[in-house]
Amino acid sequence: MSQPQSSKPRKPLSVFARLASGIRRPAKIHDFHGGIHPPEMKHLSNGTPIVPGPLPQQLVLPLNMHIGAPAKPLVAPGDKVLKGQMIAEPIGAVSAAIHAPTSGTVSAIGPRPIQHPSGMDAVCIVIDTDGEDQWVEHQGIADYTDKSPAELVDLIRHAGIAGMGGAGFPTSIKVNLGDHQRVEQLLINAVECEPYITADDRLMRERAEQIVTGIHILQYLLNPRRTLIGIEDNKPEAISAIKRACKGCDIEVRVVPTKYPSGGEKQLIQLLTGKEVASGQLPAQVGVVCQNVGTAYAIKRAVCDGEPLVSRVTTLTGDGVSQPGNYEVLLGTPVRDLLAHGNLAGLDIGRLVMGGPMMGFTLHNPGVPVVKTTNCIIAASPEELPEPPPEQPCIRCGSCAEVCPANLLPQQLYWHAKNDDLEKAQHHNLMDCIECGACAYVCPSHIPLVQYYRYAKGEVRQQAADQVKADKARQRFEARQARIEQEQAEKEARRQARLEANRKKKEAGPAAASTVDVAALKQASLDASKAYKAAVKAAKTAEAEGADNLAELKAEADRLKALADKAKAAVRDAKDGAPVAAAPAEDTVAKLKKQVGDASSAYKAAVKAAKAAEAEGADNVAELKAQADTLKASADALKAELREAKANAPAATAPVAQTDPVAELKKQVGDASSAYKSAVKAAKQAEEEGADNAAELRAEADKLKAAADQLKMELRDAKANAPAAPPPSAPAPTTIEQPDPVAALKKQVGDASMAYKAAVKAAKQADEEGADNATDLHSKAGELKAIADQLKAELRDAKAAAPPTPKAAPAATATTDSPAVPEEQAPQSLAEVDPEQAAKRQKRLKGLKTAYNMAHKQYKEAHAAYERAERNETASADELQAMQVKIDKLKAKADNARDALDALVEEAKADIRAHTGKDLKTLKLEAARAESALADKQQELEQQRSSASEDTLEALSSELQALESETQIARKALKQAVEEQGLAE
Amino acid sequence: MTAVLIAVAALLALAAVFGAVLGFASEKFKVEGDPIVEQIDSLLPQTQCGQCGHPGCRPYAEAIAEGEDHNRCPPGGQDTVVALSELLGREELTLDNEGAEDANVAKVAYIREDECIGCTKCIQACPVDAIVGAAKLMHTVIVDECTGCDLCVEPCPVDCIDMLEVKPTLQTWGWHRPAGIGERPDSRIEVVNL
Ligand code: SF4
Ligand code: SF4
Ligand code: SF4
Ligand code: SF4
Repeated sequence: MSQPQSSKPRKPLSVFARLASGIRRPAKIHDFHGGIHPPEMKHLSNGTPIVPGPLPQQLVLPLNMHIGAPAKPLVAPGDKVLKGQMIAEPIGAVSAAIHAPTSGTVSAIGPRPIQHPSGMDAVCIVIDTDGEDQWVEHQGIADYTDKSPAELVDLIRHAGIAGMGGAGFPTSIKVNLGDHQRVEQLLINAVECEPYITADDRLMRERAEQIVTGIHILQYLLNPRRTLIGIEDNKPEAISAIKRACKGCDIEVRVVPTKYPSGGEKQLIQLLTGKEVASGQLPAQVGVVCQNVGTAYAIKRAVCDGEPLVSRVTTLTGDGVSQPGNYEVLLGTPVRDLLAHGNLAGLDIGRLVMGGPMMGFTLHNPGVPVVKTTNCIIAASPEELPEPPPEQPCIRCGSCAEVCPANLLPQQLYWHAKNDDLEKAQHHNLMDCIECGACAYVCPSHIPLVQYYRYAKGEVRQQAADQVKADKARQRFEARQARIEQEQAEKEARRQARLEANRKKKEAGPAAASTVDVAALKQASLDASKAYKAAVKAAKTAEAEGADNLAELKAEADRLKALADKAKAAVRDAKDGAPVAAAPAEDTVAKLKKQVGDASSAYKAAVKAAKAAEAEGADNVAELKAQADTLKASADALKAELREAKANAPAATAPVAQTDPVAELKKQVGDASSAYKSAVKAAKQAEEEGADNAAELRAEADKLKAAADQLKMELRDAKANAPAAPPPSAPAPTTIEQPDPVAALKKQVGDASMAYKAAVKAAKQADEEGADNATDLHSKAGELKAIADQLKAELRDAKAAAPPTPKAAPAATATTDSPAVPEEQAPQSLAEVDPEQAAKRQKRLKGLKTAYNMAHKQYKEAHAAYERAERNETASADELQAMQVKIDKLKAKADNARDALDALVEEAKADIRAHTGKDLKTLKLEAARAESALADKQQELEQQRSSASEDTLEALSSELQALESETQIARKALKQAVEEQGLAE
Repeated sequence: MTAVLIAVAALLALAAVFGAVLGFASEKFKVEGDPIVEQIDSLLPQTQCGQCGHPGCRPYAEAIAEGEDHNRCPPGGQDTVVALSELLGREELTLDNEGAEDANVAKVAYIREDECIGCTKCIQACPVDAIVGAAKLMHTVIVDECTGCDLCVEPCPVDCIDMLEVKPTLQTWGWHRPAGIGERPDSRIEVVNL
């Protein structure tokens, strides 16, 4: 069917150009692979001229009628717009403007159903038309050659022109190729190969001149070597009209045989030029640009008449309408209105299709608007486009491969798409499928092949998008890891630097020796505690085995004593250096305290051993007692030393002086009361067993109690003095040192309450056993409780006193230069536990605690006052009311503080969890469980001691040991975790 | 005899020459194989959710390379397991997604911004820095960067983070797969010769 148009008149090309393009062959029409000949159905609509479409009440203009970024609205609801006024501007490179297709008012900008097979909504500008169709002021360009191509491209972009053939690619991109790309051929696609559609046909018949002007503008913009118009031979009128219009210019009209899909871009290029566009290539890469005739017409209107794209010619066809034909439809016209305009035949419409039957899609909502790419609306009766028959298995007939214009293997693609084997499908060039539907048309099994390909393509795109996203996520993840690592490294470096600086300072200071002492002390204390453990072990074994290994026990005790002495000596040495600088002094004091603690527990163990021995009536009782006494003496000596050291330390530093005696006293009280406690216990046991020395023990216990009481008194006095003591000249040191007494007090409280609990237990046991001293024990317990309570109250006071001047420190350094040292000391020790954060949190925690306590106290006081007032009826109702209000306010304040505190504690707990892998609760539980197991075992051992055989006793004691160590581990873990977070309370 | 010697010498010389050429070629054109960890990592979904028991996909990739089972990634689904089996030549295991329901539904985090108290906890939890905000100020999720890993939900003290399903947009929508043999393909337009 080739009608070679070789003899068209053509502007004479220069000789050079002729040479460059080689010998001009006679215009040959090439062929492409495959293709089908579906029923054309064009006669339905191509007999009548184009008539204007309806002017509907409402126009719906989607912001993306084109491929690329949606346009950005320039109007707001309520704005009046005129026909041709730009209502949305292009955003980014690939985008196109939108203009009001008629005059009216913008009534909404929001989601409406749009021209998309998904049936999804998208943002649209809705215009209520006013029926006047009043144009905005506009003016065409008389001679477009006056303008530069760049200006024209911009004009086209702002006229909103996008490919009118179906894809809707913004035309401004296609005509702006840049200088490096030489356009060999400009192809004007007037093939219109899809059945039913006749829009381009009618346009060419009626407006050929204008189309040709548009093509000239394209030529001006692209400067192609040749310009070819491809028209199918089933449109003879259009061919002759165009030929007439093209007379005398260098546009060649090529008539191509009717075959579907010769209108496909790649197919047309092959038909007209013989060039094949390889997979993944763009036509421009082979020097070809394709434009639709409709686009050429729109360009002419935009450039020469100044009319942006506000309408298009759309074919309305199908059996369902009684007046099929072509309508010049305003963009945004709902399909419903168009159908009404075309006189719905009253038939039942089987299917409403937008686009052609081969490549279009079924519309489920007639409210969808006509857009820039809508070339056809088919309202088909059920007979015309019937329900597709069910899909059958592929019979491998191969017809699909025969008709595929893209030279693919549709059957293979189908298998792979069906099995989700996307990789293989891509390998078979899935992405080159133009979705022409030729394969599905011929498939005898009625397989919806195109839908399989569309599905597979969607999956491929999704996967690619996922991959991109995954890569991005990976990058971000790695960047974050790197950042965190770096932050940690920096923190570590800072910490090291600080440690280094501190060490240097210490070394440089006059107390160079004290560092050594501290190290030595550490070693000594380590030794001592090791020895102590060994002694305890030995004592237990001795107990279990009776009196045989007394000598061994004695030796142990001696060694322990020796060690205690050694530690004492070391401490004394250190003490000499202590007064020089505050920090070492503090260290020494701490060490001493530890020593004292060790010594007194050793003493306690010894006493216990003695008691046990007594119970068994062993010979070595006296010996053991003597040992216990020695130990006590050494413990006392250590205590005295400690006191001395503390007394010395303050001599150098005022702050320590003010606070430590109190702490020291408290410690003593604690020691005394625990000594008393153990004494009572021993006495009780002795009594139980009817031992002779029961009375003696009782007396001792009483003595201890007296001592404890005295200490308590002292403590009270000291405390009474302490608050008054801080001289106004040096308030800062107090505030700095405050946390210490608080911590000490806390410890005291803990000790006291433990003692109380032990006493209660003892009393209970006594009760159970009907011992004589039960009442006695009860009263003791009551006393102990009173002590614990008092201590608690003190603690509260101390805490309340602590916060008020947290920042005053640097101001008051006039007295001594020592405050600087503790100040630095504190953060450092914290930093050693955990980086700054924990320290910060600890600080905040403390602050919050105090705030809460204060608020709570105030609230309580206020409440008490209120109650008193109420009771005594001293205040009027109004006053009471005011008080009530105040109370409420205070309560709210307290509650707030508590909430904040809780939150912080939670946070800290979460951190502990992260840090230790265990919940604080779990840790506590573990510790508690271990402890109770230990207690049980101890009891068992005690009970068995008199009755059971040696073997059992041994087994039990070894069990006890294991439990003990377990308990210790659990306790340590708990303590560490708690301390790390400043959750000591 | 000399002929034999010459032949042997010639063959030996040839062997030496070819050996040298081959050795050179194998050095010169050595294929830089992707380290296996990289390959595994590229198959993992990079959700960085930690459901595999590792702090991110890369650590899990390393663990797989060292022999850990390759079926522990619920976001990757069975497809990832299969892909990994192929890559590693290991047995095809079934996905070990104990209790994790419907991993195929893509989700993103969404912060109900009025309720956000600006505690910054979610920022610290997010493995891909997909949350922006500052202390005591409202926070929000950068939807495009969110991998839907869920890790930010738990730390939020006021529970203002929801995991929302990602709805398809016009850009991400894809045709669904036809119902299959025996079903009427509703989207197909049957063009018949009347
Ligand atoms: S739809 Fe795709 S596979 Fe089928 S004939 Fe057209 S190009 Fe070929
Ligand atoms: S035309 Fe249909 S039945 Fe025939 S090979 Fe292709 S897919 Fe299979
Ligand atoms: S489970 Fe989560 S972290 Fe682990 S590999 Fe899969 S996506 Fe990555
Ligand atoms: S925002 Fe939440 S769900 Fe999203 S990636 Fe970050 S942590 Fe995961």
